[in-house]
Amino acid sequence: MPYNEPSPLEVRVLSRRFGLPNSASIETYLATDGYVAFRKALEMKPEQIIEEMKASNLRGRGGAGFPTGMKWSFVPRSSPKPKYIVVNADESEPGTCKDRLLMEYDPHQLIEGMLIAGLAVDAHAGYIYVRGEYRYLIDILDRAIAEAYHCGYLGKNLLGTNFSFDAYTHTGAGAYECGEESALLESLEGKRGIPRIRPPFPAVVGAFQCPTVLNNVETYCAVPAIMRDGGAAFAALGVPKAGGTKLTCLTGHVSKPGVYELPLGFPVDKMINEVGGGIRGGKKMKAFIPGGSSCPVLTAAECEGLTMDYDAMAKKKTMLGSGGVVIMDEDTCMVKVALRIMRFYAHESCGWCIPCREGTAWLRKILFRFHDGMGRREDINLIGDLSKNMLGRTFCPLGDAAALPTISIVEKFRDEFEAHLDGKPCPYEHASQLVTA
Amino acid sequence: MTFSSQLEARFDKLLKSYPPGRHRSAMVPMLLYAQDEIGSVTQELVEEVARRTGTTPLQVEEVLSYYSMLHRKPLGKAHVQICTNISCLLTGGEDLWDHACAKLGIGHKEVTADGQISLEEVECIGACSWAPALQVNYDFYHQVTPEKLDQLLDSLRKLT
Repeated sequence: MPYNEPSPLEVRVLSRRFGLPNSASIETYLATDGYVAFRKALEMKPEQIIEEMKASNLRGRGGAGFPTGMKWSFVPRSSPKPKYIVVNADESEPGTCKDRLLMEYDPHQLIEGMLIAGLAVDAHAGYIYVRGEYRYLIDILDRAIAEAYHCGYLGKNLLGTNFSFDAYTHTGAGAYECGEESALLESLEGKRGIPRIRPPFPAVVGAFQCPTVLNNVETYCAVPAIMRDGGAAFAALGVPKAGGTKLTCLTGHVSKPGVYELPLGFPVDKMINEVGGGIRGGKKMKAFIPGGSSCPVLTAAECEGLTMDYDAMAKKKTMLGSGGVVIMDEDTCMVKVALRIMRFYAHESCGWCIPCREGTAWLRKILFRFHDGMGRREDINLIGDLSKNMLGRTFCPLGDAAALPTISIVEKFRDEFEAHLDGKPCPYEHASQLVTA
Repeated sequence: MTFSSQLEARFDKLLKSYPPGRHRSAMVPMLLYAQDEIGSVTQELVEEVARRTGTTPLQVEEVLSYYSMLHRKPLGKAHVQICTNISCLLTGGEDLWDHACAKLGIGHKEVTADGQISLEEVECIGACSWAPALQVNYDFYHQVTPEKLDQLLDSLRKLT
């Protein structure tokens, strides 16, 4: 297994080829049911493919969790415009490092998912938008694409049918915002990654102003398994309304961090203690982020009895998000966490919407001052109020992504803010650092 | 402006990747791939990319100022990018950052006097489960300790 040892509790569907010799090669792929699903889909009507996708209960793995089959059904197949398949491989949500493995170890699974999506919506070209930092993956994907052309799985009249499909990689160049679907499409057109106002949604007006299916890498990678084994079989792996498995990135203060493929609905407690080996150094958990830094933070008490699925997280007023789990132990300074998260969003705000551009910049300043021991008591409410004023007032979710974790930290860890008041040094900084400071 | 034959081949392929009349789409990849070869985005490169993508130099500049990996000044031969975002922060990323700054005597986006190494504190690079992590140019280094960082920086200093 690459990067980390697998866990016996995993259910490996999308990651089934991880660790096989030459797992990225088309030979390995074909020897392990590769392109079988595509052959099957070629015999199906587009409506049947979409029905199968709906039956799978697959929900978008990029963070929003929108039902994939429904998303595909919004594409106007009869439109005279060309349609496009776009893969969001701009994995940038802090805490998330799973798409990297899917592309590194099984690029053909992604290509096969794109082909099936192409059949479903009558698209004949697909773009994989890869974040610039993942250059080595572009090389791997380009090799896989060349192999697929060579073996007749990309190109004209595939497998003797009249279906043709071309696939391309496209590199980003460092911009979190380009992981947002409409900003990604702007970036793909050679522009600044600034969000588009919606509607129209990308399904109708997407890449190059044409109907487009835009999904996360992991979403496309689930498609071959769904077509091969049937939507119902995939759905049965998860919970009602959320089918299948989710690649989950355990990060932070956990003994065995790593990327693990777990069924939807997996208990949080079991995930941390049995899959992740518990909290590092035998400490207690203080806080938990379920799916990337955009999600509201949960306290350890809120995680009791909680399961990893979309609806269970929504009930706790947070999100399953991208699968980037961040675990924080009892010695973590939550003011510092709030500051670091806000520094990120202030850096990544594209500046298009004023509440986000100004809000993140001011919040960063206030949190910085606060963590330095120069906060004022009224700043605690100010942080919450400023954040709430960003919510829902921007074209894209980046403003919300900055506000939501901040609001949750202020509400749930207010005592930690108070502990930084009156010029007191951060109670969690190491003694050694204080001496040198 | 002329580039290596590999880069020219890459550009040819890029320009054929997009629908007719959509050469502008190649702008960001072209800038990044060319920057990798020549070291930075020069004015000459801006004009060349504008010419090849059917845009104006102003449109290219507008785009390049948005993307954090594109830079107008040359960086070190080894560009050391240390992540201090949440998962790396929790596992010692800030200590690595401080250590690298102290050892090299340079700060964020600065280059050593000999031009060998440059430093940048970066946002999440997608290595969160193997944190703390850094990248030297495009190569990933996972679960980095201060000792491993020392060895790495020493080896990068010796590169000619």
